[in-house]
This record gives sequence, structure tokens and C-alpha cells, in this order.
Amino acid sequence: MRRSIFDKFQYYANLREDVARLDANPFNVVVEQVLSETEAIVNGRRTILAGTNNYLGLTFDPRCIAAGRKALEEEGTGTTGSRMANGTYAGHLALERELAEFFGLPASIVFSTGYIANLGILSTIPGASDAILLDADSHASIYDGCRLGNAEVIRFRHNDPADLDKRLRRLGDKAESALVVVEGIYSMIGDQAPLQEIVEVKRRHGAYLMVDEAHSLGVLGEHGRGLVEQAGVEEDVDFIVGTFSKSLGAIGGFCVSRWQELEHARYAMRPYIFTASSSPSIIASTRVALSILREQGPELRKRLWDNAHRLYQGLKAFGFRMGPESSPVVAVTLGRSKDNALKVWHDLLDKGVYVNLVMPPASPTTECLLRCSLSAAHSAAQIDAVVDAFGAVSGKILEN
Amino acid sequence: MKQYEEILDALYEVLKPFASEANKQLDEETQLVADLDIDSVRLLELLMEIEDHLDISIPLNRLPDINTVRDLAVSLQELSE
Repeated sequence: MRRSIFDKFQYYANLREDVARLDANPFNVVVEQVLSETEAIVNGRRTILAGTNNYLGLTFDPRCIAAGRKALEEEGTGTTGSRMANGTYAGHLALERELAEFFGLPASIVFSTGYIANLGILSTIPGASDAILLDADSHASIYDGCRLGNAEVIRFRHNDPADLDKRLRRLGDKAESALVVVEGIYSMIGDQAPLQEIVEVKRRHGAYLMVDEAHSLGVLGEHGRGLVEQAGVEEDVDFIVGTFSKSLGAIGGFCVSRWQELEHARYAMRPYIFTASSSPSIIASTRVALSILREQGPELRKRLWDNAHRLYQGLKAFGFRMGPESSPVVAVTLGRSKDNALKVWHDLLDKGVYVNLVMPPASPTTECLLRCSLSAAHSAAQIDAVVDAFGAVSGKILEN
Repeated sequence: MKQYEEILDALYEVLKPFASEANKQLDEETQLVADLDIDSVRLLELLMEIEDHLDISIPLNRLPDINTVRDLAVSLQELSE
């Protein structure tokens, strides 16, 4: 039989067949009508959105919308070009300055997405003679950034500073130019990096440290600067990467650094050069969202964390297997059966609750997860409705 | 530097339970994924056990070239040099 170029996708073909039996596909959910930051019509039903990473609930903030609309009218729908060519507008530079000022760091680069930010930094800063040591549970954008570059890439056990220490030791002299990569809050189960211990290890070996604050910007720290701020290690972190697509309610990415030399690398980053820059309206709404984070952050964070604790405690009471700590990302472990995972996810959707279904290899283990993410915009009644929906399917969750 | 045979023995030791579960004989030609049915998550965990056993780190960049027990043993020997 002739070999097909599509043979390698058989696993996904089988998965499509499995989900075709349901009237909703967890990997292709269509939001038919957006009703608010936290509700939409999905599958013809009014649904609470409990898996959107909209942590501060700013997607409908009238100030962000007004700024986006103004930029759309005055600067057009897109830049149609790379940051390196015609795609750097005054707004892009202003956002870079504002991010640098917010973090109190001298260097800042804005990218078109958070994914591209990781691709740009990790494929360019560490070169062929350097090593990257990444936490095993790192996001796919971190792995992909490593693959795009030439550095030696070594995984260390998730949240295990002793394992990192051992691997840096094995590198010998090369440890001095190694880049350690961790995340503030890990996206799948919502746990935090033990940053103080990791900083201690990286200091001992003279290595560099990058922290991806995609899920922790605006969520952690007295000023919302993320885990680096909360752990009090701002002096020791070399690169902070983040996204505009979560707490800031838009799309885009950034890297800030205590190293002014980051600026030299800007024009060597292929993912920065060979893609169009963010639309002016996105930059405008992001700038306003950042200013809201600075002015109203404490109040928004309090609402977010109250919601996070309420959901975590509510689900914990059912005896589910969950992440180690209360977090704006709350994950329930289901077990290995993909069929059961699909059923439970679908039952929740039927009850008007949307959460993320995560299956291996996207989940950190061989088990499936139901992943919820909270928003400051959720009401207590919405959180209780999510808890009730989980309660109604608890039998199927616990049987795994 | 570790001897190839020493590394091979260590690998057989770690892989024995998988071979017995898959009902396969272990030799240098045994394919880690196709013959032993080790999924990608488990394979990475297994590599970490092997790394600790031999006190080396296997860069991820090398993994695409590792299919058989021999590929892995050769890679580990090179890394232990």
C-alpha cells in the first residue's frame, strides 16, 4: 500500500472519531456568541466560561475598548509589516517603555504573541556553545523555542531545585553561561516554581535565569509583577517573559531584562523579525490594561484570589485529586481513560460550564485533566454554579 | 568513561520490566517505543532514571536520533566521555 504523508496523524484521526460521537468537540469549541467576560453561548446554551485565562477580567473593560477603537480608527486595522521594517509604531515603543518602567528594568521587547516571545528569546540568546535547563513541565512554547535554536537542551525534574543543581554540576564550566527556564505559575495544574531555591542554585553555579510569567503577571506580587516580585528575587532574574493574552486581555508577548544587552539581540531574533507586528488597536488596549493593572491591581487580584479559593475549596470537598495549592488555575485529575474524560467534560458543558479538557501528551502526566481558570470578573454565584456542576458529575470523576 | 557493556547492562536492568510487560526479548536492536510500547511521557521519565544511574544528562537534542537500545547506549557512552 502506498505510504501517505498523513499516516503519522492516525492518533489524531482516532481521537477525532472518538469526539465525533459527542455533539461538541473539546478541541474545537465554538463560542457562538460572547455575552460577557465570563459567559457565552456555546453549543446553543448559555455557558459559564471557566477556562479562558482571563484572570483580571479586562476583555470588556470600557477603557480598553475605547483605546482599541480609537487606535483602529486612527491607525488602521494592522501594521502589515515586521517590527524591523514598517511595523514599529509609536505605540509599540511606548508599550516597551511602560513595561520596562513597570518592572523597573532597563530592557524590553514587545513581540506579536507570548509564544513568539519564547521562540525569540530561547532560540537566540543561548547559542550553540550554551545550554538551556528547562523545567520538565514547561509550556510547549518553551520547548519549541529551544528546538528552534542551537543550544544544548536539558530537562530537570519539575519544581526540583536539587535535580537542577545536579544537572548544572554535570555541565562543569558550561554552567556559567547556562540559561535556567521556569514558569511563575504552571499552566496545567497551577502550581508555582520554588523560585527562591531555584535562584539559590542558579547563583551557586553562576547561571542565568528566565521566568515565564504568562500565568502570573497581574496575579502574583504586591504590584502584580508576578512570582519574581512575590518571591523577592527581582535582582536575581535575568529575563522575564510574559503575554498580553491573559491578564491584559489582548494578545502579544514581551521580554524584559536587567541586561541592556537584550537590545543587541533584538535584530537577531528570527521570530521577532519574520512576522508582522501587533495591530495598533491591540497595542492600545494592552497599554490601558497595563495601566489598570497598576492602578486597580490589588482590588482585581483580591477578587480573583477569592474566586480561586472558593473554587479550589469547593472542588476539594468532593475528594477530587487536585493541584497542591489554591491558584487561579484549578485542575482536577481524571485518570487515563480518554473516553471517560470526554464524557465528563461533555457533561459539564451540558450543565452550562466550560472548562479545558487536557489529555496526554498536553497534560504533564499520562492522565487527563479538567483545567479551570478563574477571573476577577466571575461572581460568587458563578463559582458556586461551577462547583455544583462538578458535584453532579463527581461519580464519574471519582471512579478513575 | 564508562564501558559500552557496562552501560548496556544498566539499560537492560532498567528496561527489563517493560520488556516483560510487552512480552519481548531485550537486545541491542530492541526499539524503545515500537517494541516496548513506552509512551513519550514514560520514556522521558525513564531517561531521567537512567541519567541518575549514570550521573549524566542526556540533551533533548539527541532524542530524535535514539530509536533502539543500541542508539541509547552509544549516546550514553559518548556523553560519559
